[in-house]
Amino acid sequence: MATKHSNVSFQVMWNRLISVVEEQAQALVRTAFSTSVREAGDLSAGVYDIHGRMLAQAVTGTPGHVNAMADAVAHFIRRIGRQNMFEGDVYLTNDPWEGTGHLHDITMVTPSFHNNVLVGFFACTAHIVDIGGRGFGADAASVYEEGLYLPIMKFAERGEVDETLIRIVRGNVREPDQLIGDMYALATCNGIGHRRLIEMMTEFNLADLEGIAEFILDNSRRATLERIAALPRTSAEGEMTVDGFDVPITLKVRVTVHEDRIVSDFTGTSGLDKKGINCPLVYTKAYACYALKVAIAPEIPNNHASLAPFEIEAPENTIVNAVHPAPVALRHIVGHFVPDTVFNAFDKIVPGLVPAEGAGCLCNFQVSLRPRSDGPAPADARRSEVLTFNSGGSGARPDFDGLNATAFPSGVMTMPIEATEHAGPVIIWRKELRPDSGGAGRTRGGLGQFMEVGALEGHEFDIQAMFDRGQHPARGSRGGLNGAPTTIALDDGTEMRVKGKQFVPHGRKVIMAFPGGAGYGDPRSRDKALVRRDLARGYITAETAARDYGLGAEEIKEIEAAIRKGEAL
Amino acid sequence: MKSATNRLGVDIGGTFTDVVLEKGGVPYSTKVLTTYAAPENAIIDGMHQVCAKAGISPGDIGQIIHGTTLATNALIERRGAKTALITTEGFRDVIEMRTESRFEQYDLNLTLPEPLLPRQMRFTVSERVNARGEVMIPLDRAAVEAVADQIAEANVESVAVGLIHSYLNPDHERLIRDVLAERLPDVAVSISSEVSPQMREYERFNTVVANAFIKPLMASYLGRLENRLRDEGVDCRIFLMHSGGGIISIQNAAEFPVRLVESGPAGGAVFAAHIAARYGLDKVLSFDMGGTTAKICLIKNQTPKTSRVFEVARTYRFKKGSGMPISIPVIDMVEIGAGGGSLAHVDTMRQIRVGPESAGSEPGPACYGRGGERPAVTDADLVLGKLDPDNFAGGSIKLNTTQSHDALNAHIGSKLDMEAVEAAFGVAEMVDENMANAARVHAVENGEDLSEYTMIAFGGAAPLHAGRLCEKLGVTRLIVPPGAGVGSAIGFLRAPFSFEANRSVYMRLSDFDESLIRDLLTELRDEATGFVRTSDEVSPILAEFKVYMRYAGQGWEIPIGLTEAQAMNPDAATFLARFEEEYAKLFGRTVSGMDIEITVWSVNATTPPEKVAPVEVTEGRAVAEASGTRQLFDAGLGAFASAQVVERSNLKSGHTVQGPAALTEDETTIIIPDSRAAIQRPDGCIDIVLKGA
Repeated sequence: MATKHSNVSFQVMWNRLISVVEEQAQALVRTAFSTSVREAGDLSAGVYDIHGRMLAQAVTGTPGHVNAMADAVAHFIRRIGRQNMFEGDVYLTNDPWEGTGHLHDITMVTPSFHNNVLVGFFACTAHIVDIGGRGFGADAASVYEEGLYLPIMKFAERGEVDETLIRIVRGNVREPDQLIGDMYALATCNGIGHRRLIEMMTEFNLADLEGIAEFILDNSRRATLERIAALPRTSAEGEMTVDGFDVPITLKVRVTVHEDRIVSDFTGTSGLDKKGINCPLVYTKAYACYALKVAIAPEIPNNHASLAPFEIEAPENTIVNAVHPAPVALRHIVGHFVPDTVFNAFDKIVPGLVPAEGAGCLCNFQVSLRPRSDGPAPADARRSEVLTFNSGGSGARPDFDGLNATAFPSGVMTMPIEATEHAGPVIIWRKELRPDSGGAGRTRGGLGQFMEVGALEGHEFDIQAMFDRGQHPARGSRGGLNGAPTTIALDDGTEMRVKGKQFVPHGRKVIMAFPGGAGYGDPRSRDKALVRRDLARGYITAETAARDYGLGAEEIKEIEAAIRKGEAL
Repeated sequence: MKSATNRLGVDIGGTFTDVVLEKGGVPYSTKVLTTYAAPENAIIDGMHQVCAKAGISPGDIGQIIHGTTLATNALIERRGAKTALITTEGFRDVIEMRTESRFEQYDLNLTLPEPLLPRQMRFTVSERVNARGEVMIPLDRAAVEAVADQIAEANVESVAVGLIHSYLNPDHERLIRDVLAERLPDVAVSISSEVSPQMREYERFNTVVANAFIKPLMASYLGRLENRLRDEGVDCRIFLMHSGGGIISIQNAAEFPVRLVESGPAGGAVFAAHIAARYGLDKVLSFDMGGTTAKICLIKNQTPKTSRVFEVARTYRFKKGSGMPISIPVIDMVEIGAGGGSLAHVDTMRQIRVGPESAGSEPGPACYGRGGERPAVTDADLVLGKLDPDNFAGGSIKLNTTQSHDALNAHIGSKLDMEAVEAAFGVAEMVDENMANAARVHAVENGEDLSEYTMIAFGGAAPLHAGRLCEKLGVTRLIVPPGAGVGSAIGFLRAPFSFEANRSVYMRLSDFDESLIRDLLTELRDEATGFVRTSDEVSPILAEFKVYMRYAGQGWEIPIGLTEAQAMNPDAATFLARFEEEYAKLFGRTVSGMDIEITVWSVNATTPPEKVAPVEVTEGRAVAEASGTRQLFDAGLGAFASAQVVERSNLKSGHTVQGPAALTEDETTIIIPDSRAAIQRPDGCIDIVLKGA
């Protein structure tokens, strides 16, 4: 009985499905080996109906996986074939074009059977430590050099793991135990989602997910379309130029609001880079969609219906639509700049809603440490790879300052430096806010940060820099000033490049300053109380307070005296 | 005359100060409005009330145990001392940069909580210790003196010291403390290697700053309280409940006030654990629901689950990451914004949403008739027949059902094409579902299956919702104890003297160092035992050993309990076996070929738990007499049903009540769903089980 469900029951079930995928994601965070998953939250998890339509997704650290994984299950259904799907199966891929954009993301899909009938799918994605090839970096000239490629295939059939696959994987990667551990973690997390789903179906006496799927998708579609319908039916262009690897990249977009959809067309964007910072379309779409959704429909959960009205177009072999076999390992760099580009256009459609430009891509670097080669190394010197995630400042919002040293659009976390220093013989000498780096404005850009990195006595290292905004700082909006650019050099003054692998001799440190977000509105119209506060806190120096915000010399002296006396400002 | 069996428990909450006096095992309790300006006034007032009820004088009290939200509130409201931080050069902004992430991905106007100290109150000194605990840059005493002079000029009252890797080598922090003691003898100093010797600088620095921030306030309050109690004739020792579920001396509390954060809820968990012991239950879920929040805690083997870090003062819809981390031993609780006052609305997806916004007590839910126009959970409970409009809070507040109907119609029903009753059902289901989801996720995180659990419910709103929650979670047994309204204060009286000491030291099983482990655990045991001895000179003290382990490369450690023999004669094979056992339990499988590392070591020293007399569980002897019937909406049936109304005070041991039923009392109403039946136990607990079970 109870096949006819009330509105209240469906509401409860929708709520439950969202909780189920959150549980699924939590299980992954706790069992994964990859630092990017466990420390930084670079993962996603979702539940799908039998047509491959995503019904719910865990809200995790990375919008980049959102749309990409949303589309992935349909590829799995097509490649595996429904007649070949059995209870106990688990499928996987790291296909950049059918998964989530580079070989370092493994997506696993598990079909869910209830009473011997296929009722849906669970999928999850995690960024893994290593996939062989040249290692994580932009240095490859094609995807073939970037590591082991795993086409959509079975990881397990009827509960039996494919041992041949495991042996091939083990033989092709640098950290086989960790990778196999991560693969099992992904499978486990889908399994937890599956168990919860079946419990829910039993509780509500469901034979399939058709009814609840329609309820979720109808309501989400309607809510999303209402938001789109409220926008002016118009079109605008946006563009932004960033450093790229060797030559600057220009991203161009035309955002067009239709009655029932928004199209982002990237025609005019630069072509492919020779190095691995190219971005498959799925990943571009994920960030374009994120930018529009966070602006106009932030509270509508991600699912097939709420994502569908955000469409994307880009000519093949532009840098936002790299096709096989372009190298794509660091596709996040271009991907992270997509939202600012889309905002640049959207600000002309709905002024006063979106922020000024920010640091954009994460300020990540990897260090490869080894015993010094220029002299005798101590006996306990060792080799080690250490990856860190760091953020510059976000762009000023129309009504709020940008966020200091906080990731946007990515949502990942940094690691504690004490944990980083346990991971290898690396020393982080400095990690703190960078005064004056937030672009001045009526609202100020978020501050970037300083970092200094060296090695324990007896080690030398290579640093793989993955930065941008060295030549192209975040641009101010409506009279706001630019954020500060990225800088990088050795402590002896030797210049370094913002991207690529570079040698750091024994005893030297790398001195880095990560970019600030741009300002919004005329700095002279900034609330003077906020200017005084910023000066007291050292977010801005006295020179900036005087030059950009017009604070008088007397007032600056007063503030400096008040700080010494510990008076609140 | 003074007697060790006269014990006073006092819980200062946000609205009420609960006071319970036990005289020879018999409780006398009262609730007094919290007096914010001088919280000790409410305590004195309450103490006199319960002493009068029990017929004793304050001088007859043998022991006072106190828990308070004052520390928590001071952090939430940022009412602390003028505080400075001294930290390692290059790391001035650790407490401000947090995790560099946004706790809400979909809010362009997100603002992050301000750090406890603004940047100008954070000072640095040149020094550095590495991850092996070796000094790379020595600390120059003159540099510390220069900072001390700056701090003096800034009129700072309290100083926190947090240096990189100080949990491995505290020498530099101690030197700073010594210099400050010489130069600024009136300034309170807290050092991170004592307050929270754990790896991860953001959590550790924030914890030591929080300690320093509230230290002068709490020290002065505790001093005043002690003096006032002495003036009133009290002549016994006073102890404080700490967040880990044990009690410590007033002196230790004044030194480490951050350990008092969340002491009230910890008392609630201890209260539930004690009932679990009485019933011999090894798997219990405590469920505490009040006006604005619900708290859920797992209690295994009659011991509440603990954690090493938690978050206080969440600023954004109770969202994880929106508060500040405090790394101290704490009873692990999930808190969500779901209570009787939680407000309901319909969102853009036409979904009913409940909380975390709350109507509070002013204006309160619509049915209070004090101007509240939006429907709260209490309004839904009233429309569904769970509450009697004429007998709410002992009849002191008359509830207006019409206003509940109107509010539900206007804000829910009209938008979803529902009658008020269906809207009320939707609101109740959503709030129950939210709590059930929180409980499920918490259970999954701990590798537990709730269907094996018994729920113990207390707090004003819990008995109204606990029955439905059990249905949703597949929990077959529910116990509602008497005195549920002052559960935390009763819990204080059940808590052992305890103190947990812990340390971050990395060790791989492949580099297992037996003598180092033995020395470390012995040192921790001596430290923890020493704290307990300052409170209790005579009782035996048990040491509970725990290590936190993970596969090398993972980021999430799992706690592994060790017996004293395993801890004092450590061997790698035993550690491995224990880890694999727990890991498999949590995650279903182990991973072969991976090295395993130990990251944190902890010893909890505790006096033995109070001896518990088991409750004699007898067959039902008689059917309780109902005072009437009323229409009660049963969520399982999805319809109204005729329910018996029974006054709890009329129930005698062995009386049974078949659901659907409402057991009424002054403080709350226990709802027994159609699927369940209740029996009154000899200790006054209502034991609710599946029909036919």
